[in-house]
Amino acid sequence: MAVSVEELADAMYELVTEYAGKKKLKASDIVKEMISKYGDEVDKEQGKEAIRCLMDSERCVYTYFGGTYIELPHKEGAEPE
Amino acid sequence: MSDSKSPILDELEKGPWPSFVTEIKKAAEKSPMAQGLLEQLELSYKEKRTHWKHGGIVGVKGYGGGIIGRYSDASDKFPEVAHFHTVRVNQPSGWFYTADALRELMAIWEKHGSCLTNFHGSTGDTVFLGTKTSELEDIFTELSEKGWDLGGSGSDVRTPSCCVGPARCEFACYDTLSLTYDLTMSYQDELHRPFFPYKWKFKMAGCPNDCVASIARSDFSIIGTWKDAIQMDGEAVKEYVADANFNIQKFVVNKCPSKCISWDGKELEIDNKNCVRCMHCINVMPKALRPGKEKGATLLIGAKAPIVEGAQLASVLVPFMEMKPPYQELKDLLAAIWEFWDENGVARERIGECIQRVGLGNFVEQIGLKPIPQMVMQPRDNPYIFYEEYLEEE
Ligand code: HEM
Ligand code: HEM
Ligand code: SF4
Ligand code: SF4
Repeated sequence: MAVSVEELADAMYELVTEYAGKKKLKASDIVKEMISKYGDEVDKEQGKEAIRCLMDSERCVYTYFGGTYIELPHKEGAEPE
Repeated sequence: MSDSKSPILDELEKGPWPSFVTEIKKAAEKSPMAQGLLEQLELSYKEKRTHWKHGGIVGVKGYGGGIIGRYSDASDKFPEVAHFHTVRVNQPSGWFYTADALRELMAIWEKHGSCLTNFHGSTGDTVFLGTKTSELEDIFTELSEKGWDLGGSGSDVRTPSCCVGPARCEFACYDTLSLTYDLTMSYQDELHRPFFPYKWKFKMAGCPNDCVASIARSDFSIIGTWKDAIQMDGEAVKEYVADANFNIQKFVVNKCPSKCISWDGKELEIDNKNCVRCMHCINVMPKALRPGKEKGATLLIGAKAPIVEGAQLASVLVPFMEMKPPYQELKDLLAAIWEFWDENGVARERIGECIQRVGLGNFVEQIGLKPIPQMVMQPRDNPYIFYEEYLEEE
């Protein structure tokens, strides 16, 4: 395997950072983006593993308004001061 | 005048029924959060508007589901309920608990939450109502230590749920509890790490009575059925008929939707080829009639409540499949469907809506199912498959 799970998670983190405030990405969007970036070096299963690595590192959080997305951690709008 | 803080809600304690107001008051003896809830709710009744806001981030580490964030927009008046998050706990299959299991759950909840619960939410979970962000990790850790887990929420496999099945019910055509447990364990990743365009609900019903309303409430509905003839005990039929209050013609024969039962005064005859497995005759004469012996399930897809489009009932995808561990045929089919959904689905679109957009026929072709005439949207309908080639070469 040319790309390690950690490298993939780093690339995912970069992608989420790049889109922050512009577009909310779903887990599957992120994996698809990685597959188009790395081509045959990455498959869906590795993508899922990297998502897990990314989430466990707490660099990103799951957010849910209707559907579920992966975003940078931020203070919740609805949370009282 | 009483000095009650909830005069409007108190009205709901009058009358002969159980009252949620009484229950919240009982919880308030132990929990300031429950007291805060009572007072905020009184204000809502007075002003005729809610004071809850949706959260969208809170959860436990690593999981993308199981916690639903709620905040008060009147936290200055009711600081106890500034946070009031819901925790979904994966219920045991068929909702069977021992008293010890319930005590275990409640000990955790009294320590970390409002003491209020909902047994059960419509997804099926045991629901803990009302806790703070700071308590979430502790709740999760303590639940995990005792072998419990959170349920689903968001765009994941929602906590699978089922009817009581063979544990209590002689009509069950497959083991709903075993399948529910198996799917829950097999799809842990899909349950806790949302990867779908939107939610996916499984519901398992042991027979067409569909006591969990799977046909209306789940994206993937697995309903027990049988292939062969309804089992009949002729002696028991006679016992029913001997009862002067039992009118077999009126109660059974006339009500068969396929008109496939006849009674000649001595014998009950069922034309099983035309029976649509509606369960009516069996429900009315349970001692005399039973589902057949060749049992399995019908798989249906696409039900949902109205959000983007209107409400939708599920359509038949597989008329009959054997339901025996390790359920490989079912799992292979699910893998194909999820692959299709991943390729074709858009955010916040349920599988039913996605199929509607793409077309049921195209969907069936893409997931590699062989089209057959029993694939129908609803009973007594033409198949939704269109045969382009009427004559296939053998
Ligand atoms: C004694 C005369 C007739 C009998 C016994 C008869 C019987 C039937 C039956 C049993 C069906 C199937 C219903 C179902 O899908 O459940 C049917 C369908 C149909 N019949 Fe007749 N039919 C008769 C006369 C006619 C006539 C005169 C016409 C047209 C001028 C006609 C047009 C149709 C059509 C279009 C359908 C298809 C309906 C659908 O696809 O839903 N029928 N008929
Ligand atoms: C240029 C003339 C016509 C065209 C292009 C046409 C086209 C169609 C099409 C595309 C269908 C749907 C087939 C399917 O997907 O199942 C259909 C169904 C049907 N057509 Fe026609 N048709 C024409 C004339 C007629 C006439 C003159 C009659 C009757 C006198 C008729 C009676 C029916 C019936 C009964 C159905 C079945 C409806 C059902 O599915 O229940 N059509 N037609
Ligand atoms: S759905 Fe059928 S098997 Fe399940 S509890 Fe109801 S009647 Fe029994
Ligand atoms: S199950 Fe329903 S359709 Fe079948 S024979 Fe009984 S009443 Fe008729």
